[in-house]
Amino acid sequence: MENLQALTDAALAAVAAAGNAASLDQVRVQYLGKKGEISLLMQGLRHLSKEEKPKAGAKINEAKQVVQAAMNERRAFMEQEALNAQLTAESIDVTLPGRGEAVGSIHPVTRTMERISEYFQTIGFTEEAGPEIEDDFHNFEALNIPDHHPARAMHDTFYMQDGSVLRTHTSPVQVRTMKRFVAENRKPPIAIVCPGKVYRCDSDMTHSPMFHQVEGLYVAEKASFADLKSLLSDFLRVFFERDDLEVRFRPSYFPFTEPSAEVDIEWGRNADGSIKWLEVLGCGMVHPDVFRHAGLDPEKYCGFAFGMGVERFAMLRYGVKDLRQFFENDLRFLEQFK
Amino acid sequence: MKFSEQWLRSWVNPDASTEELVSKITMAGLEVDEYEAVAPEFSGVVVGEIVACEQHPDADKLRVTKVSNGTEEFQVVCGAPNARVGIKIPFAMVGAVLPGNFKIKKAKLRGVESFGMLCGDDEIGLADERADGIMELPADAPVGADIREYLQLDDTIIDVDLTPNRGDCLSIAGLAREVSANFLSDVTVPEIEDVVADIDDTFEVKLIATEACPRFVGRVLRDVNINAPTPIWMVERLRRSGIRSIDPVVDVTAYVMLELGQPMHGYDLDRLEGSIQVRMAEQGEKLLMLNGTEQELNSNTLIIADEKKPLGIAGVMGGEYSGVNEGATSIFLEAAFFDKIGIAGKARQYGLHTDASHRFERGVDSELQNKAIERATRLILDICGGKAGPVVEVACEETLPKARTVTLKRQKVTDLLGVDLPADHIAPLLTCLGLELTATGEDQWSVSVPSWRFDISIEEDLVEEVGRIYGYNNLPDTVPMAELRLQTIDESHVRMSELRRVLVARGYREAINFSFIDPTLHKQFDPEIEAEPLANPISSEMSVMRTSLLPGLVTAMRHNLNRQQNRVRLFETGQIFIRKEGGLTQDLWIGGAVCGSRNPESWHDNDEPVDFFDLKGDLAALFKRVGNEAEYSFIAAQRPALHPGQCAEILRDGKVVGVIGRLHPSVAKAMSVDIPVYLFEMSADVLMAGDVTAFNELSKFPEVRRDMALVLDQTTAAADVESVIRAKAGEWLRDIRLFDVYSGKGVEDGKKSLALGVTWRHPERTLNDEEVNALFADITSALETELGGTLRQ
Repeated sequence: MENLQALTDAALAAVAAAGNAASLDQVRVQYLGKKGEISLLMQGLRHLSKEEKPKAGAKINEAKQVVQAAMNERRAFMEQEALNAQLTAESIDVTLPGRGEAVGSIHPVTRTMERISEYFQTIGFTEEAGPEIEDDFHNFEALNIPDHHPARAMHDTFYMQDGSVLRTHTSPVQVRTMKRFVAENRKPPIAIVCPGKVYRCDSDMTHSPMFHQVEGLYVAEKASFADLKSLLSDFLRVFFERDDLEVRFRPSYFPFTEPSAEVDIEWGRNADGSIKWLEVLGCGMVHPDVFRHAGLDPEKYCGFAFGMGVERFAMLRYGVKDLRQFFENDLRFLEQFK
Repeated sequence: MKFSEQWLRSWVNPDASTEELVSKITMAGLEVDEYEAVAPEFSGVVVGEIVACEQHPDADKLRVTKVSNGTEEFQVVCGAPNARVGIKIPFAMVGAVLPGNFKIKKAKLRGVESFGMLCGDDEIGLADERADGIMELPADAPVGADIREYLQLDDTIIDVDLTPNRGDCLSIAGLAREVSANFLSDVTVPEIEDVVADIDDTFEVKLIATEACPRFVGRVLRDVNINAPTPIWMVERLRRSGIRSIDPVVDVTAYVMLELGQPMHGYDLDRLEGSIQVRMAEQGEKLLMLNGTEQELNSNTLIIADEKKPLGIAGVMGGEYSGVNEGATSIFLEAAFFDKIGIAGKARQYGLHTDASHRFERGVDSELQNKAIERATRLILDICGGKAGPVVEVACEETLPKARTVTLKRQKVTDLLGVDLPADHIAPLLTCLGLELTATGEDQWSVSVPSWRFDISIEEDLVEEVGRIYGYNNLPDTVPMAELRLQTIDESHVRMSELRRVLVARGYREAINFSFIDPTLHKQFDPEIEAEPLANPISSEMSVMRTSLLPGLVTAMRHNLNRQQNRVRLFETGQIFIRKEGGLTQDLWIGGAVCGSRNPESWHDNDEPVDFFDLKGDLAALFKRVGNEAEYSFIAAQRPALHPGQCAEILRDGKVVGVIGRLHPSVAKAMSVDIPVYLFEMSADVLMAGDVTAFNELSKFPEVRRDMALVLDQTTAAADVESVIRAKAGEWLRDIRLFDVYSGKGVEDGKKSLALGVTWRHPERTLNDEEVNALFADITSALETELGGTLRQ
């Protein structure tokens, strides 16, 4: 009994000295195991008197608990140490670039067409498409541009060998849509936008032989130039995200609208503070002959139409200066868009 | 049309600055492209007269002149070869400041003092290029007068871009009408009095093609001195409209055209034989042109001829015999009204765009011819002297345009413009344009349209005029009202914008190529299909319509490879154009092209190049996005531009809808592309068409999987293995997954080993081993009998 303290001290020293789980277990067996040195002290109790037995037993148990507690603490410490070592080993340089980051991009012309179209879709316009090789009727005749019309010369038309044309504007889709409504026995309102490719036989710094337009058409029993003005002014302000954008409507001429207008927006200021105007849209009230060609009664319906060049909108929006870059497909150009 | 602001202001002179004038007419629909001062700033230049001219003692090329400014004489050294006694010239006196702030000072040239400078037209900003020598002013130029005043240089050239409907504004008179209406200022029309005939001479005119030429007015002038100089004011007005002075007869006809809008012509009467005939050309008839070439005429062409020969194409251009010979003294003046439909397209047909054709195509006032001939007669007689015969007019009443009246209702104005204008507001807006209104009921008029407004024929045209003069920007903005009505949206259809974004997420950039390509390139890709050619291409490189998106994509890829980009992924959507039995098809397709490394260069990946299966995986991603991957299959195929061993047709429900493969090495070589390129294209309409999801109840029961390693001939297609398995695996089959393909050590030469996992699940119970083993045995025996496949031990 007298060496209990010494044994306890020795056990605690051994716990403290144990370097890993295995040696700690050896310590446990040596002192606390069935035949461990402290456990064996219990056997010595039988030499003691009845009165001394419980006291001495309690002391031994206390010593066992002290050693056990030290061992638990030592084990927890070693597990923590091991975890720390693992975490250290598993540390990475978080500043290294990530993996699989390659993402592509939408062409700015497509993106611009989608944006334009979406604004009109939010108020109930639907998207329509049409063929790019058009017949003379839909590209010209039905739009009130007969063969002798000087406006034809303005269009620099590409012809196919059978006399059909590469459409010079998206306006033929107006006619096709109205005709389809009539054929399907549907009645206006008609509210459509038609984004797409158009072609003009002209190529220089500011003209591309192929470019894109978005056409819009609204036909109803009631529609006025004042409605058109409001709609397009709103559109230009939301497209450029500028509530204070100055917009003006200037009388112009398109054979398929009457009255007709071109729309200018404020694009910078002159030295004297006056507004620099930039033409961005053509529009007008649908000409009664166009309704007739499409099979709608101009006495019953009226409407407005508008058309805009997508590249011009994309150039203004993103600051692209050279029109030709849109069709070079240079990655250094494309990757700047999203 | 370019014109002098001063000239316009001599007709109508509103109290407005040049800027205000230009802005107002632009906003009235006559868009001013640009305007610029006739001459730059300069001062101190007067009309001088050379009164003495001697050779410089020490310089061969210099003269020493004495120049008078009317009060004093100055010694001026001058290098111009045309300096001589008696001519009048712009004289920059000492103290003058020429354009560019060039100050004239007393100088010494090779030892001789010089007081001032004799100017060329470029030196006072009247020409861009150096003319030969100094500018010679007319003999009647008042010596000492300030040159700016004498030449009226404080003027602006305004260039207005007129829309094709406003041919009536292609003259000072027409512009003045518009300015008058917009500023409400009066027009002062220069007085045009009839010139009384001095002589009886006439020349016969036969009007044969009366549809195309309803009116022809002619007049004989005799004893005309065509060597007389055109007065400087006329030369200057013409110059400011971009017309060069030729001789007084040509100048006067051009001047009257600019002033009134009536193109005219002066013939040399001595060269005309018999009579003037206005007729359609005979097919193949030849017209001798001014430059000596012969123009073959088409029978759709109206010509002016005499009894022996064609003189010119009516309303377009005169030929050799229409001109006035040097020394001619007898002139036959023409002012005709040609119908615009008769003239339309002829300038384009013959490639001869002239001021006359420009006007006749757009329309000329049918009531203008007599007035124009009187005006021209007066001007020619004033300048050249001579005697005038009586005016001879031949006209066809039936074909002349009829006076038009158009009904206008106030309600139409309200409906179309969206503004409720009172009747007494509408009327003045129209009358100021020369339209005459007669009330025919309440809020309703009969409007008679003047002969020069041939663009007005329906009520809407009048509404536009009301809106235009009222001011588009003064009209209200009203938010359009419409019924809230939902549209059907087809859920099975996946929009192209979504599919684009699938590819974008997988690293593709969207390209847009021209729809027309080089026929040589086309032949490399699609030799079996005839591409539709353009009749009038811009260049041979853009002369046929594409039948495939691939040529454009590969071209774009090469563009980037040539610019140090070696990992390229592009896609494009667009129409392709193929003629089939039923006619031309123009279908929307989607295509892609990839080359370079699988992933961008980085610290963690080895630089593995992309291959066929990367691209196929991208396609599968598109199919999965639409939700119908199972409907697609791939079958080895051949395409001229694709690698014969790495090319497949894309099938949907057994129908070919596209193609995928590697660019054929010889095409790649021909296009100077030196790394493997993989391509696909397919019908976008097919791709976008999916189904609405049909949900399958989740099973509570576990899956059972069996793996196999199957040894097959190297040439056996994995797709065939899969279809054999699918046929035998029964209705509880969930998935077949190919997880390894191996050939090499351990596998016989000419064979390969495929590792596959087959998974089953029953919706209502757990499958037992016996059932699965039986299915698995069926599969393996079918693989053996149908494909010769054996399980690898």
